[in-house]
Amino acid sequence: MRLVVNGVAHEVEAEGDMPLLWVLRDILGLHGVKYGCGIAQCGACTVWLGQQAVRSCQTFLGDVDQPVTTIEGLGHPGALDPVQEAWVAHQVAQCGYCQSGQIMQAAALLAETPQPTDAQIDDAMQGNLCRCGTYPRIRAAIHAAAAAMKAG
Amino acid sequence: MGRTAKIARRSLLIGSAVAAGGIAFGYWRFVTPGPNPLQTGLAPGAATLNPYVILAPEGITVIAPRAAMGQGAQSALALLLAEEMDLDWDALRIAHGPPSDTYYNGAAAAEALPFVPADHSLLARAAREAGQVAAKFLGLQLTGGSSSIPDGFDKMRRAGAAARAVLLQAAARRTGLQLDVLKTGNSAVILPDGTRLRYVDLIPEARGITPPQDPPLKPRADWRLIGQRVPRKGIEARSTGTERYGIDMVLPGMVFATVRRNPHFGAGVLHLDTMRAASARGVKKVVPVQGGFAVIADNTWRAFQAAELVKVAWAPATYPADSAAMFAEVASSFTDDRRDSRLKHVGDVEAALSAPGAQVIAAEYRAPYLAHAPLEPMNATALLKDGVLTIWAGCQVPLYAASAAARAAGVSTDRVTLHVLPMGGSFGRRLEDDFIAQAAEVAAAIPGVPVKMTWSREEDMTHDFCRPLAMARGRGRIEKGRIVALDLAIAAPSTTASQMGRLGLPTMGPDTAIVAGAWDQPLAIPAVRVTGYRVPEMAPVSSWRSVGASLNGFFHEAFLDELLHAAGADPLHERLCMITDVPSRKVLEAVGEMSDWGAPQPDGWGRGLAFTLSFGVPVAEVVDVEPTDQGLRIRRAFVAADLGVVVDPLNAEAQMQGGLIWGLGHAMGAEITFAQGAIEQRNFDSYPFLRINQCPEIHTRALEVGDRVHGIGEPCVPPAAPALAAAIFRATGKRLRETPFSLQVGFI
Repeated sequence: MRLVVNGVAHEVEAEGDMPLLWVLRDILGLHGVKYGCGIAQCGACTVWLGQQAVRSCQTFLGDVDQPVTTIEGLGHPGALDPVQEAWVAHQVAQCGYCQSGQIMQAAALLAETPQPTDAQIDDAMQGNLCRCGTYPRIRAAIHAAAAAMKAG
Repeated sequence: MGRTAKIARRSLLIGSAVAAGGIAFGYWRFVTPGPNPLQTGLAPGAATLNPYVILAPEGITVIAPRAAMGQGAQSALALLLAEEMDLDWDALRIAHGPPSDTYYNGAAAAEALPFVPADHSLLARAAREAGQVAAKFLGLQLTGGSSSIPDGFDKMRRAGAAARAVLLQAAARRTGLQLDVLKTGNSAVILPDGTRLRYVDLIPEARGITPPQDPPLKPRADWRLIGQRVPRKGIEARSTGTERYGIDMVLPGMVFATVRRNPHFGAGVLHLDTMRAASARGVKKVVPVQGGFAVIADNTWRAFQAAELVKVAWAPATYPADSAAMFAEVASSFTDDRRDSRLKHVGDVEAALSAPGAQVIAAEYRAPYLAHAPLEPMNATALLKDGVLTIWAGCQVPLYAASAAARAAGVSTDRVTLHVLPMGGSFGRRLEDDFIAQAAEVAAAIPGVPVKMTWSREEDMTHDFCRPLAMARGRGRIEKGRIVALDLAIAAPSTTASQMGRLGLPTMGPDTAIVAGAWDQPLAIPAVRVTGYRVPEMAPVSSWRSVGASLNGFFHEAFLDELLHAAGADPLHERLCMITDVPSRKVLEAVGEMSDWGAPQPDGWGRGLAFTLSFGVPVAEVVDVEPTDQGLRIRRAFVAADLGVVVDPLNAEAQMQGGLIWGLGHAMGAEITFAQGAIEQRNFDSYPFLRINQCPEIHTRALEVGDRVHGIGEPCVPPAAPALAAAIFRATGKRLRETPFSLQVGFI
């Protein structure tokens, strides 16, 4: 089936019930999206379906009817998205494994709520688990990204 | 001979026994670096000045031979070297380098010695140094025990200074100038006229120069990287999805595998029917492995799916089958024949506690098994080709893992190469090499084909080597508003014996991990006794971020809070009266100031304080909780710690936050329980951890008081649970003596 990922169309030959996560990682070789739990409990696999942040481990290939954006499509070293820039400036990552998902979730939040309060951040981000405990810096980075995006 | 001297003699015996006659060569020989492992496979045109530096025309690589698992040790180690070598921080690259006993960790063993961290006596120092000898002979290229920075603080700076000295000589040879007119800066030698000779352009001359053995180090006043808010290496990769963890390994022609092992630890397979799985879509092979089976397929998901189709009958567990029976075993271990240590015994505790009319308080505490559950599940990629085994994996003990893999694949150790990759967390899990050996075993079943083996989250959680469960029984006596006697008995399985047993290493003497964080606390109490009891192993156990102190910090401090409350004493002021160690006093004072201790709190809030000295680092934490309609909300937390020297302040802050959160998050809701011999929790839905909406506002302060340098990956964990318990008691009147607290109170 046809899948558009980060603006590139792919023809994928796989089961309709294969989770998008594994299509992205093992078939298309996009390793920025991470496997953490497989049951939508950790958020490490967060990507966008259209404009919406979804857990790719619980999104089945057969149900993908919109373009997919992964962390690789958001920005890359040397050409960072404002959210990624804030993540670097605030030195958020420890092990970094959950951060692709955190950033995709945060970017979706900022697209919908450009100036989120702490409560709105907590609400939007609570599905994204970080075992290292980077939450204080995630909050700070989201506020910083919001300010930077407002300033343009 | 006093008690301390006897203990010292015993611990030194541990060192000399494993050094096996090597002592005769003299201690100093063993701590000089071994052969330079970077000489092998060095690219043409490149040069290695010592085991920590590679110069190549395209740039400079610093070898930071410790695991990158989020704790920031690699970046901080490179920073130490870069300081002395005057490297351009933004341009240098960091690599883990090859596994080698040259990179032994001399500080990792120090925590296991029976000296309190605040002991600066000659005997204590001698024993810690003997640990360096032992570590080298044990091949301990180990990342753990918050030891990377104490181990590397001198080594990395010396390596940098030695490399700089070579490059200065190289520049002198090229220019004919005297050494004393040359300077260095930003990866270059600077001539008197301002001309810059880039280090990498001096490779031809540098090759022939022998580095000095003991180059002078910069005075602290000249540091320009150490202690500065320098951005950590690797952050951009980890913010763009471009960091390549073990699980992201790709090789041409690679296949994908997963495994299932008996959830009854150590037990085998009774019956295996792989027929349906073998014919499932994408499956290449289903093969038996030690204690289970592996499915090899053309992608990970298909391997996961096919593993569900295998019919297997597991042999039963040989240890008590459920948590109730396991805790019963712990409860029955407070006996003379299971007594493991009594490292602290001051005054006549029995007499003090049994005196007529004495106000004695007694309480029993317990804590469950806990899983490490790093977010990146266990995985490894392996290729067995022409009798040569190559492995790519995250790992904290590369030399042991390589030899375990060799045994599993049936090749000799010198035919194994292990590439250590960045890790999506570890928290001690990758001190175990089970999954690496397993990948080697799977690779041996499909020779010539690279295979990436990935565990499902469920496999990971049900096959963790957990933090042990434990119980503590405390008795204390209060008199005139003060604690005059404390007796703390702790019973737990030995993590050291369990881990060393799997590595095939003998252990001797008491396991200090059973009582760490309790016996070694710098508090003066007229009569005090801490006794450790060793519970038989049951399920295998391992080191979990902050190890024994993660349990005993809770037991010791939560019980101390009970006693202080009964005494009517202020938790901060009375601790300051009891404290015997200057850095510890300073962190208590700091947390008092940061939290505005004593100021009125909002209505209904509760505030708790706890203090634990572990891994040489005194840490004091204050936690504020607010009861709400939706449950308890942790509003604020304050953390003060003394590191001696703060090498990397941005990372120290991150570790202080992360350590606190790790301690709070597990105390709030996490437990591993057993039923029918297997772990019941299979994923993060049943093993909850603190989420961003539960995360308090956190204030940290890193002090530089003590005279030794310490690591900060673990020490902020132990005080978190008791500080939270104390805060909940103040807010609700409920005394929590068991984790997870969610068994008794609700959180937002």
